[in-house]
Amino acid sequence: MQDVMATLWHKANLYDPARASVATWIFTIARNRKIDLLRRYARPEPEDLPWGPEDAPDQADAIALQQETSKLAEAVRKLPKKQRELIERAYFGDLTHSEIAAETGLPLGTIKSRIRLALERLRHAMN
Amino acid sequence: MPAIRHHVPDDLLMGYAAGVLPQAFDLVVATHVSLNDDARVRLAGYEELGGAVLSDLKEAELAPDSLEQTLAKIARMGPTARNTRTNGIFPAPLRKMVGGDAAAVKWKTIARGTKQAVLCSDGDATARLFYIPAGQAMPEHSHRGTEMTLVLQGGYSSADAHFLRGDLEVADQKTNHTPIADDDGEDCICLVATDGRLLFNGLLPRLAQVFLRI
Repeated sequence: MQDVMATLWHKANLYDPARASVATWIFTIARNRKIDLLRRYARPEPEDLPWGPEDAPDQADAIALQQETSKLAEAVRKLPKKQRELIERAYFGDLTHSEIAAETGLPLGTIKSRIRLALERLRHAMN
Repeated sequence: MPAIRHHVPDDLLMGYAAGVLPQAFDLVVATHVSLNDDARVRLAGYEELGGAVLSDLKEAELAPDSLEQTLAKIARMGPTARNTRTNGIFPAPLRKMVGGDAAAVKWKTIARGTKQAVLCSDGDATARLFYIPAGQAMPEHSHRGTEMTLVLQGGYSSADAHFLRGDLEVADQKTNHTPIADDDGEDCICLVATDGRLLFNGLLPRLAQVFLRI
């Protein structure tokens, strides 16, 4: 936790509110620190997009993005229980879809179709 | 027909966003996303979902000295660097892994100008670069697990699909294919991640596999 907080402070100058919500940015930093520390190598990350002509991120974009994330979080809360639990495990259970299948005893096809259903519901909720 | 896709499939992109893939697959996804804006947008969606799930988790109690420890960590950190774009063939995540661009790769010859270099390997998952001279074929092979192939230079054909720089092919156990590098004068360089070893079908390639660890 302290590692993540320290990294957030440290990389605050790289945060662009028009490209990711705060929750998402915290999520990606926490995920990367976890991998760096547990596996002792720096996780391969995509290269950054080159800077655009605008210096400051657009306020309206940033606000719209924050609202989108709140809407998405709300949609996740409204998912059927089985689907919601699977999405939470997929992100915070440290398991791949096949590992979730092995652990729960459910066939991989069931795991994949539940996740797909959950994603479809979320997409629908965001439209 | 085996499923062949030019873009990264959702389960691998979601796995990358969640941080549960082996290093070899992380490397291929990060390199693909660097070259493909569609994959970048989709990845942002999955990270957004991670943020949404995170914001809904229960709060945890912190140790009383958390703030002091955090401040001490910040004081020890070096300057931050961006993963910036350069003019070479390799995007930043691959360049970092190799320690340079294509000229810095330590190739090992497999046969007739075909070369490989293993970049990283943890457990069953391995990432390697392949160099296939223009017009030549990779030995025919199938797989035990998943194979992701990303084109960095030149192009190749496999079954009835064609792949160029930035394109990604995902093959599974059912796929039995012989990729052939385009015969247009440009040699083909690919980044390949596999979990489970490749299974070559001919006898000579199978012998080579024993000795060359390909």
